[in-house]
Amino acid sequence: MLAILTPSGNLVAPSPLEPDVVRRLYRAMVFARTYDRKGTALQKQGRLATYASFEGQEAAQVGSAAALEPEDWMVASYRDAAAMWMQGYPLELLFAGRTGDERGGSPPAHVPVLPPSITVGGHMVHAVGLAWAARLRGERRVAITYFGDGATSEGDFHEAMNFAAVFNTPCVFFCQNNGWAISLPREEQTKSETIAQKAIAYGMPGVQVDGNDLLAVYAATEEALARARANEGPTLIEAVTYRIGPHTTADDPARYRAGTLTDEWRQRDPLERVRLFLSERELWTAEWQEEIEAAAASEIDRAIGLAEEMVPLGPGDVFASMYADLPRHLRLQQAENMAGWG
Amino acid sequence: MTVRNIAQAINDALDLALGKDEAVVVFGEDVGRTGGVFRVTDGLREQYGAERVIDSPVAESGIVGVGFGMAVGGLRPVLELQFMGFSYPAYDQIINHVARIRNRSRHRFSAPLVIRIPYGGGIGAAEHHSESMEAIYTHIPGLKVLVPSTPYDAKGLLLAAIEDPDPVVYLEPIRLYRAVKEDVPDEWYTLPIGAARVEREGDDVTLITWGAMTKETRQAADLLADEDISAEVIDLRSLVPLDLETLVESVGRTGRAVVIHEAPRTSGFGGEVVASVQEECLFSLASPILRVTGWDTVFPLKRSEHHYLPSASRIAAAARRTLES
Repeated sequence: MLAILTPSGNLVAPSPLEPDVVRRLYRAMVFARTYDRKGTALQKQGRLATYASFEGQEAAQVGSAAALEPEDWMVASYRDAAAMWMQGYPLELLFAGRTGDERGGSPPAHVPVLPPSITVGGHMVHAVGLAWAARLRGERRVAITYFGDGATSEGDFHEAMNFAAVFNTPCVFFCQNNGWAISLPREEQTKSETIAQKAIAYGMPGVQVDGNDLLAVYAATEEALARARANEGPTLIEAVTYRIGPHTTADDPARYRAGTLTDEWRQRDPLERVRLFLSERELWTAEWQEEIEAAAASEIDRAIGLAEEMVPLGPGDVFASMYADLPRHLRLQQAENMAGWG
Repeated sequence: MTVRNIAQAINDALDLALGKDEAVVVFGEDVGRTGGVFRVTDGLREQYGAERVIDSPVAESGIVGVGFGMAVGGLRPVLELQFMGFSYPAYDQIINHVARIRNRSRHRFSAPLVIRIPYGGGIGAAEHHSESMEAIYTHIPGLKVLVPSTPYDAKGLLLAAIEDPDPVVYLEPIRLYRAVKEDVPDEWYTLPIGAARVEREGDDVTLITWGAMTKETRQAADLLADEDISAEVIDLRSLVPLDLETLVESVGRTGRAVVIHEAPRTSGFGGEVVASVQEECLFSLASPILRVTGWDTVFPLKRSEHHYLPSASRIAAAARRTLES
């Protein structure tokens, strides 16, 4: 397993990033954790629909997305808000989506991120097609797709990996193996010793990386992206991490896993080791920590405000985005719905 | 003008589209080297190369899922699923992704692709190769569903589908591929999506059908003509959107109608046609609208196909029944 930064904050290999960049990404991870905890809190207040926490996976998402170019395609799932935010997805739209508003799925034109996939595993093939389109159109950009260990059991994982390898498409498969697919442990998801080894069967490189190690995740992703950009084909990255929270706010992990296991993983926290790394280099202080947490909270509150203040969609808007031009039968249904029922 | 059958007309449309727009790609199993199992894409790979006429590994969900990514990424993929009975593995991609992306992104992303699916029985094919399950596609919001039955319509509708900004399921009646020939213009032309075609005018009863059943329906109209019954034959061509205006005009005038399709009756698209027409012209009806369809059975194997497929005499008998009341 590729590792660079140990849980105690020591380097076991050279850092791929300058300390000031590490400091910036630490700040992004603090932001992500603040966002994530706020998401869970808001759901409990009834202000968000079901929320899927990614606590514990901040390094996997921030470290991998940090290696992308701004124009690279990202096809992610419902637990990947930090990665999407890193690639430019506006925070208020992430919240809007979670409040239950389709406009949350509509990022600005310059943001190459698809709205998150809610069904498990169906989106990985999309990255293959996006990468193919980019290559055929002579664009330099590549595609990355995010998914969990559970998604690797879906048939579409096989089809995506096979198509990508056969067609040598410039894309990266980024699996966050967080140990659990709702209640099913990783060991019962697949008999494979690692997820990364599945790549061998498809004829592409597979890399297992400590997913709680920001620097290792960055290094692995950067190398995979370079391969893709050099037309050397796709790569599978398995980032070994842990879902500290429940599957979603609708789930109770106490029913299927021991709290002690989660406590063990808390000892391998992705933020703490970077904090120690920065502290060692006099790039971290308690005051700065307070400052960035406060700034994150303030920015997140602003985004929530924007999301909650969006003018609610009307009865005609349900139809408005079904087709480029609404066919007659839908125009009639739209008029019927807008007429109201008194 | 060149005399072409349906397979040749589709090939011609794909040729023109690949030649005109570099974003168009043809993607499916065996579409390249062999020109498709029905030879519909014959010669295209030689002309446009393997990067644009792409032989896919055998995986229908992958074809549509990758095609979805291509379309979102700026290409105009024309996908082929070899037989309708093999299209079901792709259903998740179609219903959950292809048909939804425009709505779930509020127009930010769209998937302008065409899914060509050869369908229908009557050619003595193996199990799973004869299905006619158009209703599982017409039920999906966000798609358009076309079924040509003539070479002229096949070309004009396919080019319209390729130009269309939304995903189109384009169903090709297998047993008509080489059964009909006619003059087809050599140049680019499109037909409006959502417009039925009155194939034959009549005053006594309206026969509504699409795809391969146009043949038996025409034959039924001939049988009825021998009895001085004047049947109007309407080929829907487009199931979604449905050209209800043409149907209502016709049935409002004749007061009688039979809907004919090859698919099983229960939840078949015929039910949708009957319901929609009667909502608009119940009081013009002199008789209940009848359906002549395949049975609610598994499509039989070769030796029993004739026990399943609606025949001209079954259609004519239903038309006579509408005239009894």
